[in-house]
Amino acid sequence: MPPIRAWLKQLTLGRRVVIALPLVWLTLFFLAPFALVLKISLSEAAISIPPYGPLVGYADQTLQIFLNLGNYLFVFSDSLYFAAYWGSIKTALVATLACLLLGYPMAYAMARAPGRWQLILLLLVMLPSWTSFLIRIYAWMGILSNTGLINNSLLWLGVIDTPLQMMNTQLAVIIGIVYAYLPFMVLPLYAHLVRLDTALLEAASDLGSRKFNTFIKVTLPLSVGGILAGCMLVFIPAVGEFVIPELLGGPDTLMIGKVLWEEFFLNRDWPVASALAMVMLLLLLMPIVMFHRYQSRELEQ
Amino acid sequence: MNLLHKRPAMTTVMLVIGLLFLYLPMGVLVVYSFNESQLVTVWAGFSPKWYGELLADRQILSAVWTSLKIAFLAASMAACLGTVAAFVMTRFGRFRGKMVLSSMVTAPLVMPEVITGLSLLLLFVQMAQLIGWPTDRGMATIWIAHTTFCSAYVAVVVAARLREIDRSIEEAAMDLGAPPIKTFFTVTLPVISPALAAGWLLAFTLSLDDLVIASFVSGPGANTLPMVVFSSVRMGVSPKINALATLIILAVSLATLLAWLLMHRHEKKRHLALNHAPGQ
Repeated sequence: MPPIRAWLKQLTLGRRVVIALPLVWLTLFFLAPFALVLKISLSEAAISIPPYGPLVGYADQTLQIFLNLGNYLFVFSDSLYFAAYWGSIKTALVATLACLLLGYPMAYAMARAPGRWQLILLLLVMLPSWTSFLIRIYAWMGILSNTGLINNSLLWLGVIDTPLQMMNTQLAVIIGIVYAYLPFMVLPLYAHLVRLDTALLEAASDLGSRKFNTFIKVTLPLSVGGILAGCMLVFIPAVGEFVIPELLGGPDTLMIGKVLWEEFFLNRDWPVASALAMVMLLLLLMPIVMFHRYQSRELEQ
Repeated sequence: MNLLHKRPAMTTVMLVIGLLFLYLPMGVLVVYSFNESQLVTVWAGFSPKWYGELLADRQILSAVWTSLKIAFLAASMAACLGTVAAFVMTRFGRFRGKMVLSSMVTAPLVMPEVITGLSLLLLFVQMAQLIGWPTDRGMATIWIAHTTFCSAYVAVVVAARLREIDRSIEEAAMDLGAPPIKTFFTVTLPVISPALAAGWLLAFTLSLDDLVIASFVSGPGANTLPMVVFSSVRMGVSPKINALATLIILAVSLATLLAWLLMHRHEKKRHLALNHAPGQ
């Protein structure tokens, strides 16, 4: 074999190894586990270790395959689960909208700030997300509780006589989600708005467009990608959120992440927890695909 | 220009409100960590005693050590895997499995933690049945779980940088006869090292912070810091946790300040170099 061909062959071999490295790792530890979730969701709960029955059995010279749809039927028939899915989607939607309404002007102001301020502002917005998520939610427990900062201040000022119930409410969960995920909304919005050509805005203004009109017709359409990415980055994880409803929510704030957690850790019903996860994944498939499309386009630019 | 100066008024106010919203709750945590009283919400005078109690808490200290070890190992492995993934996606053109790889890099960024945690636990249980490993879940399984989702973040950060940089230098090196591996280590790696450092740090903080995935894949042996904090916080507010929060906020703020100073100096140097370039 001529040396150049050998070298090329070695190159393609090296290339394959390099491609295989992340591909194999992620397939094994990210993709393959979903097949297992599907499998366990079709098995029957059993009192054993691990707590589920086999899918394939061999007895009396017959190979038997058990596909137990009971978990899904159970999930769809029990109104608790429906309420939890609906509650999660509703809460996540409201929180995403609130994040957008607060985050968009923030990102806009950052993108229009003088150059040397932009990095500082960006670091200031991101810094909280590098501290602890858990502790940032915990902070709101001390603020919202009946003996918390807000209630104590209002009582002391004489505005109210009895503490307002803010902890363990829907409102507390939404505040928690907005607080925890706001940086993830601002970041992609800022990335889009900062690239916006200011000449376009000036042209619009020179041609007599009003500020609001320019915003609706020029700025907003050009930042649609950022809005989409920010909303997906908030909405998708918020639907499956566990920590926030657990710490700030109450009995009437059902969310599917918390229900799944309790099915798994308290009831030790792995098959039902798996079925809940599969249904959640199905619900989130569209948003995840949308986010993936956006992210790939962004990377290809 | 006129337009740009008029519009910010409202948005600047919103930016200030947003930043206050982000920082006031953390400020409250810090202030109350110096509270004498056991009741977090009643001010009873200044006292650093909760820091003493925090440093005497064996359970928290050992959890901090466990978390730091896992975070260091997971971030390092994720930095390697993520960089390779980013390089493959940006430099290898088309190949079979590219769609799958790029989906597996973006999906973990948004995947709800309960789903990731549950699916990985089921994998480890199945592996234990099939190949006899892992016999007991703990640091190793948490390390694998964290490496997996952190490498996605590293890949995104590094890929963004790889797309920015000038490919002609790499091509020149290869034209001059450097093999691809040597080109990567001597040309590409130095250029992307800031992004790699940023990705490593991000992975480190993500691993330190994770509660849900670690709770699923951990066994009775290993308790990470978020797991200990969570079981304490569930019982209600405690000044010891405030002290811990203050220390975390302090550490992150110092690290961010340091990063800012480094970037600032780098920027200044570049400005100087540009201004003093010959022919200017």
